[in-house]
Amino acid sequence: MKKIQFFKVLMLALFVSLGVVGFAQHGEEHQPAEHAEKHEAGKHEEEFNLAEEALAHIANANAIHVFGDFYIPLPAILYAPGHGWSFFMTSKFDAHHHGNGEKAIDHYVMKHGVIHRIADESFPYGEVAIDGFAHGKIEKDGKEKDVAYAVVNGKQYLLDEKSTLDGGMLGGGKTSYMDFSLSKGAFTMLLVLLLAFWLFRAVAKGYERNKGKAPSGVQSLLEPVILFIRDEVAIPFIGKDKYERYFPFLLTLFFFILGLNLIGQFPLAGNVTGNFSFTMVLAIITALYVNFSGNKNYWEHVLWMPGVPSVLKVLILTPVEILGVFIKPFTLMLRLFANIAAGHIVLVAFVGLIFIFGHSGQSMAGAGAGTVMAFLLSMFMMAVELLVAFVQAFVFTLLAAAYFGAATEEAHH
Amino acid sequence: MGGSITAIGMGLAVIGGGIGIGLIGSKAMDAIARQPEAVGDIRSNMILTAALVEGVALISLILSYIL
Repeated sequence: MKKIQFFKVLMLALFVSLGVVGFAQHGEEHQPAEHAEKHEAGKHEEEFNLAEEALAHIANANAIHVFGDFYIPLPAILYAPGHGWSFFMTSKFDAHHHGNGEKAIDHYVMKHGVIHRIADESFPYGEVAIDGFAHGKIEKDGKEKDVAYAVVNGKQYLLDEKSTLDGGMLGGGKTSYMDFSLSKGAFTMLLVLLLAFWLFRAVAKGYERNKGKAPSGVQSLLEPVILFIRDEVAIPFIGKDKYERYFPFLLTLFFFILGLNLIGQFPLAGNVTGNFSFTMVLAIITALYVNFSGNKNYWEHVLWMPGVPSVLKVLILTPVEILGVFIKPFTLMLRLFANIAAGHIVLVAFVGLIFIFGHSGQSMAGAGAGTVMAFLLSMFMMAVELLVAFVQAFVFTLLAAAYFGAATEEAHH
Repeated sequence: MGGSITAIGMGLAVIGGGIGIGLIGSKAMDAIARQPEAVGDIRSNMILTAALVEGVALISLILSYIL
């Protein structure tokens, strides 16, 4: 019966994060302020910008880039106030070099694999061929901002920023549209959902079939992992009599993060756990669950620490403890995101050695040396990332268990 | 990214985190050598503490990258 509860929580977490990541479209991917792109409209840049390239590669996208000009299209679900909903496959953009689409559809264009919207109302609706993209800087509120333009018939149209979860309220700039598309990240999550469902159905069936007998098949693979989470994480941190309530959630966290970490190592798959919006949703769900299951002692220790002079409580302890309630999920979110994103950035940087040494295809000998180095270094990095995938899934679960333990601790003084 | 003062900040954050995690690792090894039967408890507490230290370093990394 515990299994059924586990599946319910798994499904809930998967669907909630699926919806939000699909909606949130990597709100954090700010381009570095120094990034200076000098290329003119319609001309491809000759210079290799590693930082920009790395960020584009780990970002969420609206199409899966396989090789060259071949993209696997994904459904686009877009809403613009005043125009309404738009549904189409992203293959309609005719994406070519660098994931830049050659067509605008109902004001939407694809740049670097991501859908943007042309806010200018004078732009015609329907399918319009575009000549290319241009970059520029504008002054806004005393700050210089990088902006992109779509070039149509020699005229430049300003592109909106990517749509974000907060609708631009937190400083990203208000966008004229909202992107609910099934993006690369959401698609990857759907894959992991199906895989996890299939695997754990097999495990659950195995427990019915092998009652009182040794486990068989995939059950033998996953049982030690489940027992490890129970004996090394749940019981020591939450306690023997209370862990059962939080165990399904902890297992869900562990296997979901682990699955996404591992699938993120494959080419083509989306980088989900290295996505700010996704780790934010996980951290918020965990924080809500922790704080709603906090007992009287937990809140007493947060708000009015017993045994401490009142002056100290008001001046230091209570503010710090209340801050701590928010800092805990914040660090959960940052740790997972930063570890996975950093690993992917380093990997792209190593592969980028080929282009740096080869001077973008001008020096074959340099490119050859770069390839050898990139091969060895990225083999090493992949091995490290495999370790990090397990450690980060474990650490997230461990810290969640520690927070549950702190929230449900009984008084003992 | 390169050639700016943020790079110095990132380096400092890594130094701090590195020293912290190094100390944790060395003390954990000491503890395991003294009491090998407690290796399970020591390992999970070591990873927990290392994760907390690393969290602080990563926050400063992210902040120096964003700001």
